[in-house]
Amino acid sequence: MVIFPLRMHGVTAHFRKKRLVGPIDITIETEGFTIVMGPNGAGKTTLLRLMHGLQRCSGGGVEWAVPQAKAREKQAYVFQSPIMMRRKVIDSIAYPLRLRGLGVSAARAKAQECAGRFGLENLLDSWAPMLSGGEKQKLSLARALVIKPDILFLDEPCANLDGRSTREIEEILLDAQASGTRIIMSTHDIGQARRLAQDVIFMYDGKIHEQTTAEIFFTAPATKEAQAFINGDIVE
Amino acid sequence: MNSMHQGFWDAWELIITFDRDLYEIVFLSLKVTVSAVILASLIALPLGAFLAVFRFKFRRYVIAVLNALMGLPPVVVGLFVYMLLSRAGPLGGFGLLFSPSAMIIAQVIIIVPLIASISHQAIRDLWSEYHDLLISMNATRFQRAKALLWDGKRALLTAILAGFGRAIGEVGAIMIVGGNIEHATRVLTTAIALETGKGNFAFAMGLGLVLITLAILINLLIHIVGKTERASTW
Repeated sequence: MVIFPLRMHGVTAHFRKKRLVGPIDITIETEGFTIVMGPNGAGKTTLLRLMHGLQRCSGGGVEWAVPQAKAREKQAYVFQSPIMMRRKVIDSIAYPLRLRGLGVSAARAKAQECAGRFGLENLLDSWAPMLSGGEKQKLSLARALVIKPDILFLDEPCANLDGRSTREIEEILLDAQASGTRIIMSTHDIGQARRLAQDVIFMYDGKIHEQTTAEIFFTAPATKEAQAFINGDIVE
Repeated sequence: MNSMHQGFWDAWELIITFDRDLYEIVFLSLKVTVSAVILASLIALPLGAFLAVFRFKFRRYVIAVLNALMGLPPVVVGLFVYMLLSRAGPLGGFGLLFSPSAMIIAQVIIIVPLIASISHQAIRDLWSEYHDLLISMNATRFQRAKALLWDGKRALLTAILAGFGRAIGEVGAIMIVGGNIEHATRVLTTAIALETGKGNFAFAMGLGLVLITLAILINLLIHIVGKTERASTW
């Protein structure tokens, strides 16, 4: 089942009467590592949530090649603040597999194998909410990637993490992309964007100001806001 | 003060000599209350999860009514169940009046709103924490409710214990529907009421001590088995 392309046409989102984003017109194709950038309040998180279906559009539409419910089965989302289920690490990773009908022992076996790839093999019996920040985010990634999603959304997954944890997570993401997972990630970290991005979506004031390759974005940004953001100036 | 001392000694003597009547009353109390708590939990926990996860018309009113029913007067429940089970009542044909089954029915009606309200509160808090994750994982409504009940089990245990506490100490309703019949429907609370009425304060006191000890022991046991103070985030 091919869920791509993802098309957003004329999408707007409001909270009460305040416009959060839009109108947005964008098409996401099968492959790549897209970084969504922009200052605080630009609408990065809202854009990801709209794409994933966690937030309803006020106007316009989000369309996948298959119905939304089918498309959601092939997607995963990693939140900025990891949501930890009150379970052991192994059961947390196994949970998405259990939702897909896998038996307890088969799901646990797969979860164990997956945990090994994320350096969580010694924490399998630990209580998930008791992990450190970096471990929690790795667990979130393991839980997202255990289903081998076609597309992975990440909302600033390395915010509040130290350099070492950030590097480990970046390696995991590059491995996932090499295995065929399409990645769309929001970040504030320009260095991280330079290391990972193939494409960049730059958002400002709830609108997409630029959507281009990373090379063009970092060498010749088309808007003064993007230029200021890359230079590290304060963009209001 | 003398009565209290005497009560302690009488209670102690009854316990260590394995007094047949006392143990019969204790076992019947436990049988009725534990049965009622199990039945009420089977109704109230899914009801709490349903109210937390599902959105429907008049949901707020249902929750408000449920909360109000936590203070349901046991005597009124007793009267209601009595009328339901009496020979002229709609369920009179089952012949349940003045039996432990009638007492269980009354206790279930009393504690379902209590367990459902507390569990609804606990599950609602957990749902606000899990909402995005479970939606993102494409969990069905049934799967969401199941995950919330499972992961919230420690908080739900508190709801069940609150129900147990109310049920084991209940006297008004079970006196009406059970009749406090010796060797048939006499439980700790109704026995205490009877002995107090007869002026046997020492014996009533002894029974009271047994009741309190029993409630504390069962709460402790459930906390230990449920590991409520371990493996938590605090």
